Amino acid sequence: MPATTTAPRPPADLAPLFAGVLRSEARKLATVRSTTWALLAAVSFNVITAALLGALLPGHLSAHQKATIDSVRVSLGGLHLSQIAIGLLGVLAVTSEYSSGMIRATLAAVPQRRLLLTAKALVLTAAVAVTGIAACLVAYLAFQAFLPAGDAMRTTLADPGVLRAVIGAGLYLTVLALLGFGLGAILRSSAGAVAVLFGVLFVPTLLVGLLPSSWQDTIGRYLPMNAGDTIYTVRPEPHMLGPWAGFGVFCLYAAAVLAAGFVLIGRRDA
Amino acid sequence: MIEAKGLTKRYGGTVAVDDLSFTVPPGQVTGFLGPNGAGKSTTMRLILGLDAPDSGSVTVGGRPYAAWRRPLFQAGALLEVSGSKAFHGGRTARNHLLCLADSNGISRARVDEVLDLVGLRSMARRRAGGFSLGMSQRLGIAAALLGDAPVLILDEPVNGLDPEGVVWIRTLLRTLAAEGRTVLLSSHLMSEMAMTADRLVIIGRGRLIAEAAMAEFLAAGSGSSVTVRSPQARELAALLATRGATVTRQDEDTLAVTGSTPEEIGELARADGLTLTGLTADQATLEDRYMELTRDTADYRAAPGEPATMRK
Repeated sequence: MPATTTAPRPPADLAPLFAGVLRSEARKLATVRSTTWALLAAVSFNVITAALLGALLPGHLSAHQKATIDSVRVSLGGLHLSQIAIGLLGVLAVTSEYSSGMIRATLAAVPQRRLLLTAKALVLTAAVAVTGIAACLVAYLAFQAFLPAGDAMRTTLADPGVLRAVIGAGLYLTVLALLGFGLGAILRSSAGAVAVLFGVLFVPTLLVGLLPSSWQDTIGRYLPMNAGDTIYTVRPEPHMLGPWAGFGVFCLYAAAVLAAGFVLIGRRDA
Repeated sequence: MIEAKGLTKRYGGTVAVDDLSFTVPPGQVTGFLGPNGAGKSTTMRLILGLDAPDSGSVTVGGRPYAAWRRPLFQAGALLEVSGSKAFHGGRTARNHLLCLADSNGISRARVDEVLDLVGLRSMARRRAGGFSLGMSQRLGIAAALLGDAPVLILDEPVNGLDPEGVVWIRTLLRTLAAEGRTVLLSSHLMSEMAMTADRLVIIGRGRLIAEAAMAEFLAAGSGSSVTVRSPQARELAALLATRGATVTRQDEDTLAVTGSTPEEIGELARADGLTLTGLTADQATLEDRYMELTRDTADYRAAPGEPATMRK
């Protein structure tokens, strides 16, 4: 029997199809200015903050403070700013499709919506993980480079927990981007998703601060930002989760939001 | 080939498309007409699987559009929604097309080919956000042509094009249809549609009003009349009236006749020795026929007799 062109193609076709969609999504991310700006901002915030702290902090701390401070976490202080740029990048990776109207062309080219969203998320993950880990590593090294010789805050990557914290900070940024990405897929609006993302990060921590301290210790450790922070902490506070447990909780938040995004994109009208 | 069967789509309590069935055959340009809000754009979104119908189905090339693995090879589409374009303004025209091409395994060479075809070669490396409406339309048309697909779906493609662009798109669509492709075209410009389409699908309030070949559609109208000029108009009018034609006296020697053909009138005048100085068949225009059909279904219409401009 002759094969007809309308016969379903073999499943082997799926692999090259996905490769093409990945290439397409990588190009999309690479060809808008917001990506360049967000990644550049994240790297700059991290490195400049680290260099400034390395140069200025030693003169302002007592010997006791230097001995007790989590100097690795301090060197990664630029994260507080760079996470805003990275969160925004994650949100825009989805919402710019909707705000520009591109989503119609995108879904007409790739009607397999969950495959599309998977490719988008993978490309974002790769871009942020590479840039984020590099930015955190350079920030750590810059901090060390600016510390005076023999300063008590000096550490090396071989010290316990240091490499995990430095790379973990890059992973924190990556999961944060995915959290923003998931919110973007759910809300399809840049403003809405950005508001919810930073609301979820900052507001619960502020609200819990109003509760009695025993409650703070119980609930506080499970809040997204408090849980995520543990991965780049070398000297954990006693009432917080351990680094991998905390990071795991942070990942669960992102996974839940992403899962909702994946369910919704398949069900809703574009 | 596009086949819609019993398509129904509701948004909240509003029925946008109501049990709509039609066929768009290959080798022809099928014009898709309807008043604003009739459901044309919704229907096109349903065809492309962007929205899911509440009931009914629609296939492109024998399958639901979204079931195709590389759909740009099956159908190319230009979807216009006022105020929002189907591209990211920060990307260059070429990068926009490359993003779409990559996803379906279409070559770089084809991207440059369609840029040439729509006349955007010199603008290929400019950010599309700065494009005029006409250039944006050309970029949208380039995207629709990427896969060299047997089916083309174009929502208002002449929107914003200059007269040269309008002629270009008309020639392009006629050529594509002549190559055996299926072309579905929506437009508000009746004269443009009359020149481009072979067939018509007309909808109103989400329902099918007419589906016919253009010639058949125009001939079926009640508006076809014949204008006759004769120095003996009075006698001719009386004669025609006895044969069952409806005659309106337009001036001293001009009659408008419905219910009779130019051949019958000419023969009648010759037999009775009446002189004719003019005999013209006034076929209803597409616009006349369209207005006649959609009069009762237009959702947004100026009140009759109200001038469009403000009174002093």
